[in-house]
Amino acid sequence: MPKLEGIKRVLVIGSGPIVIGQAAEFDYAGTQACRSLKEEGMEVILVNSNPATIMTDKDIADKVYIEPLTVEVLQHIIEVEKPDSLLPNMGGQAGLNLGMELAESGFLDSHNVKLLGTTAETIRNAEGRQEFKDLMERIGEPCAPSELVENIEDGVAFADKIGYPVVLRPAYTLGGSGGGIAHNQEELEEILSNGLRLSRVGQVLVERCIAGWKEIEYEVMRDSNGNCITVCNMENLDPVGVHTGDSIVVAPSQTLSDKEYQMLRTSALKIISELGVTGGCNVQFALHPTSFEYCVIEVNPRVSRSSALASKATGYPIAKVAAKIALGYTLDEIPNAVTGKTYASFEPALDYCVVKIPRLPFDKFINAKRTLTTQMKATGEVMSICTNFEGGLMKAIRSLAQHVDCLETGDYDGMSDEDVLEKLDIVDDRRIYLIAEILRRGLASYDKIHEITKIDKWFIDKLAILVEMEKKLKACGGNIDKELMKEAKRMEFPDNVIARWTGKTEEEVKQLRYEYGITAAFKMVDTCAAEFASETPYYYGCFDGSNEVEETRDHKKIMVLGSGPIRIGQGIEFDYCSVHSVWALKQEGYETIIVNNNPETVSTDFDIADKLYFEPLTPEDVENIVRLEKPDGAVVQFGGQTAINLTESLIKMGVKILGTSAENVDAAEDRELFDEILEQCCIPRAKGDTVFTTEEALKVANELGYPVLIRPSYVLGGQGMQIAVRDQDIVEFMAVINRYHQEHPILIDKYLMGKEIEVDAVCDGEDILIPGIMEHIERAGIHSGDSISVYPAQTISEKIKRVLVDYTGKLARSLHVIGLINIQFIVYQDEVYVIEVNPRSSRTVPYISKVTGIPIVDLASRVILGAKIRDLGFEPGLAPDAGYLAIKMPVFSFEKLRGAEISLGPEMKSTGECLGIAKTFDEALYKAFLGAGVNLPKHKKMIISVKDSDKLEAVGVAKRFKKLGYEIFATRNTARVLNENGVLAIPVNRINEEAPTLMDLLLEHQIDLVIDTPTHGDKMKDGFLIRRTAIETGVNVLTSLDTANALLTSLENSDKTHLSIVDVATISKSGSYAK
Amino acid sequence: MKAFLILEDGTVFEGKSVGSQKEVISEIVFNTSMTGYLEVLTDPSYAGQAVTMTYPLIGNYGVTYADMESRKGWSDGFITREISRMPSNFRCEDTLQKFLEDQDIPGIYGIDTRALTKILREKGTMNGMITTNENYNLDEILPKLKEYTVTGVVKKVSRSEKESFKPGDLGSEKTETKFKVAVIDVGTKNNIIRCLLNRGCEVDVYPCDFNADDVIAAKPDGIMITNGPGDPAECVEIIEQIKKLSESSIPIFAICLGHQLMALAHGFKTYKMKYGHRGANHPVMDLHTRRVYISSQNHGYVVDGESLDETKAKPWFVNVNDKTIEGLEYIGKPVKTVQFHPEANAGPKDSEVLFEEFIKMMGGNQ
Repeated sequence: MPKLEGIKRVLVIGSGPIVIGQAAEFDYAGTQACRSLKEEGMEVILVNSNPATIMTDKDIADKVYIEPLTVEVLQHIIEVEKPDSLLPNMGGQAGLNLGMELAESGFLDSHNVKLLGTTAETIRNAEGRQEFKDLMERIGEPCAPSELVENIEDGVAFADKIGYPVVLRPAYTLGGSGGGIAHNQEELEEILSNGLRLSRVGQVLVERCIAGWKEIEYEVMRDSNGNCITVCNMENLDPVGVHTGDSIVVAPSQTLSDKEYQMLRTSALKIISELGVTGGCNVQFALHPTSFEYCVIEVNPRVSRSSALASKATGYPIAKVAAKIALGYTLDEIPNAVTGKTYASFEPALDYCVVKIPRLPFDKFINAKRTLTTQMKATGEVMSICTNFEGGLMKAIRSLAQHVDCLETGDYDGMSDEDVLEKLDIVDDRRIYLIAEILRRGLASYDKIHEITKIDKWFIDKLAILVEMEKKLKACGGNIDKELMKEAKRMEFPDNVIARWTGKTEEEVKQLRYEYGITAAFKMVDTCAAEFASETPYYYGCFDGSNEVEETRDHKKIMVLGSGPIRIGQGIEFDYCSVHSVWALKQEGYETIIVNNNPETVSTDFDIADKLYFEPLTPEDVENIVRLEKPDGAVVQFGGQTAINLTESLIKMGVKILGTSAENVDAAEDRELFDEILEQCCIPRAKGDTVFTTEEALKVANELGYPVLIRPSYVLGGQGMQIAVRDQDIVEFMAVINRYHQEHPILIDKYLMGKEIEVDAVCDGEDILIPGIMEHIERAGIHSGDSISVYPAQTISEKIKRVLVDYTGKLARSLHVIGLINIQFIVYQDEVYVIEVNPRSSRTVPYISKVTGIPIVDLASRVILGAKIRDLGFEPGLAPDAGYLAIKMPVFSFEKLRGAEISLGPEMKSTGECLGIAKTFDEALYKAFLGAGVNLPKHKKMIISVKDSDKLEAVGVAKRFKKLGYEIFATRNTARVLNENGVLAIPVNRINEEAPTLMDLLLEHQIDLVIDTPTHGDKMKDGFLIRRTAIETGVNVLTSLDTANALLTSLENSDKTHLSIVDVATISKSGSYAK
Repeated sequence: MKAFLILEDGTVFEGKSVGSQKEVISEIVFNTSMTGYLEVLTDPSYAGQAVTMTYPLIGNYGVTYADMESRKGWSDGFITREISRMPSNFRCEDTLQKFLEDQDIPGIYGIDTRALTKILREKGTMNGMITTNENYNLDEILPKLKEYTVTGVVKKVSRSEKESFKPGDLGSEKTETKFKVAVIDVGTKNNIIRCLLNRGCEVDVYPCDFNADDVIAAKPDGIMITNGPGDPAECVEIIEQIKKLSESSIPIFAICLGHQLMALAHGFKTYKMKYGHRGANHPVMDLHTRRVYISSQNHGYVVDGESLDETKAKPWFVNVNDKTIEGLEYIGKPVKTVQFHPEANAGPKDSEVLFEEFIKMMGGNQ
């Protein structure tokens, strides 16, 4: 069937800021969908509040609105842009919910906007818990017995009827927010009350607990003619009970016979046919491990994290095909871009095994509860492809970049057998390592392990095979014969691990391997198991086959190293940079090779680079590719710290690093070298020194005088960075940092509480282009990624600006930067100090590119190849202001992480960001808060509890809230200071005092906002409990008075503002070079 | 123990031996199904062929005898990358290794099956040998491989005696008997029979040396001609008998080899494809509704579209990928045939609805 008539202008809704449960996968899907629509000649209007995305580029959409994702804003955009249709199913749950609200309110009809793809009715049937249950009943598909409840009493009554444990799932939330398993009435009441509040419609499903069943997913597609296919099925290693986003997932399923596979496939197709889905859909099943009984867990009638994974696992571009289906094409009309010979209406056949492992943020939140439940906690994920499961698992483990390179972690050294066994009950991210340890020590049989964990014995046996190989290597006495080496490499044991166990050096193992002729080969992901010749340049490595990558020598080749899994501190922005770099290099006539392991990203789409290697980003894995491809150079400055960390290894392999040299990257990180440079340039920095041990640290700290800033070098997102105010802090923080062996020294600096300024710049070796200067709302001490950032800087003088430009130039030249540089400054008592210099891309690059219209990555990529800024049509120096105020607001996912400390500090904690852009500061700020979901409800009640040093400053803040009509509750001391200063505040008892206490206030759900500035080491104190309780009950919490002041400014202006909208695609300062 | 797969073009793959250690010469084919290795091994259509599974992890769920598609394993040999040492599934009764031994099927594992598949794709299906003899002599073996042809396989796999089934047999649903169906076994899979039993058919299965007059005399409501192995043009006598059946006005449905034999009975031609269709992911389009079904397929020969006489039969299904004929409707006769496998096993059950079509042809489901 040809495409639908009358579609010319399509509005696409993105998913907003990255939060746990809604990450880069929607940038991937949205970008693919937009490109697919443009291929069909559509004009694409895009709305997404997240500036770090690729989809919000003017190359991807025609009109780009980086605006808050609210119904009002979308209505306004629809009125202005008059699209004829809306594609809501690319923006995750957030996009789908908005699309639904617009459809249900009749707004779309009254503005003649067609909902493309899946209809509102389908979405209601799939997403509404009761509707879905009714539908499943009608078509005879089993669901776990469940009931939708709107209050606690009904929940308790139903749970009593079906028996505990029960699973709770709030309707219309993402990533299972507010859900959980309740084992008794007390737990039920706690989780249920929370879930009812978080659900958009105040409903929670109470369901029979099917924990322990196999969790199986099917990714299915259906077109308007009723044609259905399965793209992929996937099996979770972790049985039902762990959110699929937190599970280790394998594709295709491994332990299902054809009978079970087809039974569930038939069910999935029946369900989407009945729902009338047109496009992609995800169906999750629980399958009883010892019978054919199954339950449908849920259906997502949209692209999802799983569909991104399925796309990368099979090569089948789900989002692209779904967009075409939305335009009315049928599967048999859409060519399969991978083979070029077949059509979208076929099912991919895999001839390899795919393993996905979630990237959990417990390295950032060391106090958070590591237990995995039905509420997702992972910030990202890695995927690996191999010819066998063992190898796939090993590759995925080392892709995580979490100091682990095999199943032996050392965590259980010195632990008694009993203690180890006891841990088997705990369901957390360490479970596979624990099982390996139990197998290593022979503490339990497969049956016993299965009985406790419910993990299928097939997977347990695979872990055992890996442990057996580990033992063989340890026992071989350094005599690794060819057979043993072959087998170890087949299972992807890295050379460094083999070396560690055999008493050899990594180099010796590598040389021995070469002598044996054991080298990596690369195979193609072709959707069809080699049945048809394909041209997709999408490869994975293995050690048990022949190489099928063809030599290419036509053009000069550049390898671009990606940034790996999305984690706090290294997010989607680095994928933006990698992808843009690839595009620029391609335009300059180079052959591009990308190496990455993150299935959620645009960079791992098969048609971005000329060749895609889906491989771990370790020196050995990269070297395997280098030996084959012999690239003319590599670019590391766009892939965040992950790529930077590969620099040294690449040089050893003989690969030329393009752009800033490795020595100069080192100079920026090496304390002594960097101090020398600063001295030469006459640039002041806070006093400081480097240390390795706690004793040294204490000495330096006392010499400098507290407070001091303490942090490891060569890390991302300020990991392990803390402000210490006393010796005890130093001891504590050093212990945390030294959990892992530190190859580089730890830095201790005098902490200056000034205004923080950030600059990104492009340097061609002579000239420097600074697109803009950003200023942070929060004073120094809060990580730049967690601060509200304002462009252009508002409160600094022209004189300071000149100093900043001067220092930036001096630093860039002294470090011989070719490409990008990011510098963080502090302005303290009218003096500019340097905090740190990163000679690479930064978190702010996408944002500043978009709001200034200066394509920073594009320019930097060309500069790296030898172009000069002037030749590219840009005037060096600080670019003139773009005419807009653009405010980047951090977004957190604290509610997903039980027990995590939410107070902000030098270590980054936010998962994403959104943008507020407008002609005035006040409106931009308002939009930024709105986009971040800081939407204060109507109770107009708040709690203030601040540390002593903040108490006087809090008076001003409280006054302003009072003026806005807020009733203020405060802890006793804070209340006293407020009342003394003429602000009426109601004192409230502390938690351990007589009721009603602060906790009761929070639990009554009458509070809109908590302002709580933490005192040091109050983890066990009221402050921590208040902050956690607030977050977990859905109350906004601010931990900095600067943020509170900003919010006030925004609130004070909220009534006046009729929001304007800005098409950022019109902000353009393109240079003279041809695009 | 080492094992070797030697191809007609001289390529040698070294792997490890599994199952029988006997030496075998066979036609080497590949199957892209990711599940259903037991169904494949016991599908009589693989008689005369050694099958390579392109999915690398085989044997994960072991062997469940009830899932066998016929009385024994027919494949001449079995080629995989890996066989799971410890299968896991609640219905698992044995390992695949044990099954291959019991069935005397020589297997080879630990080879790069993707490289092998690419050779077969590029050069076409070819003969090969699986041997555990390390001192093989290519000069002796290659001429033998080139000479080898698959013959007489239908006779080999078909039943020797007529056999009758009632609803409830073969693990089917026990329903009321509504129709009597004659099944011509030219290599049938159990599930064809089971699909009929499930729909209330009483089934008489005739061996491949059946006499059309006997079948017609038994007055069945319909006739099903099944799948089977080998070159259809070789089955001269069977084609004669099928021609008679087709002139009887009894509704006929035919699958796979049955579909090819019916075409030959009407004077159309078949040819051998370069490497055939074997897998569970082939899209076929119903030309009436333009609906696409994902089908299970296993055939090396195909009906030549060029040879079709449109006054006798017109295409019913085509393959979406290569546009080859996947089904025919005969004009003026109650005869419908498909190249793919609506009975699935292994593979998707999307086209199982075609059995309803057959029931309708017999006057049911009105």
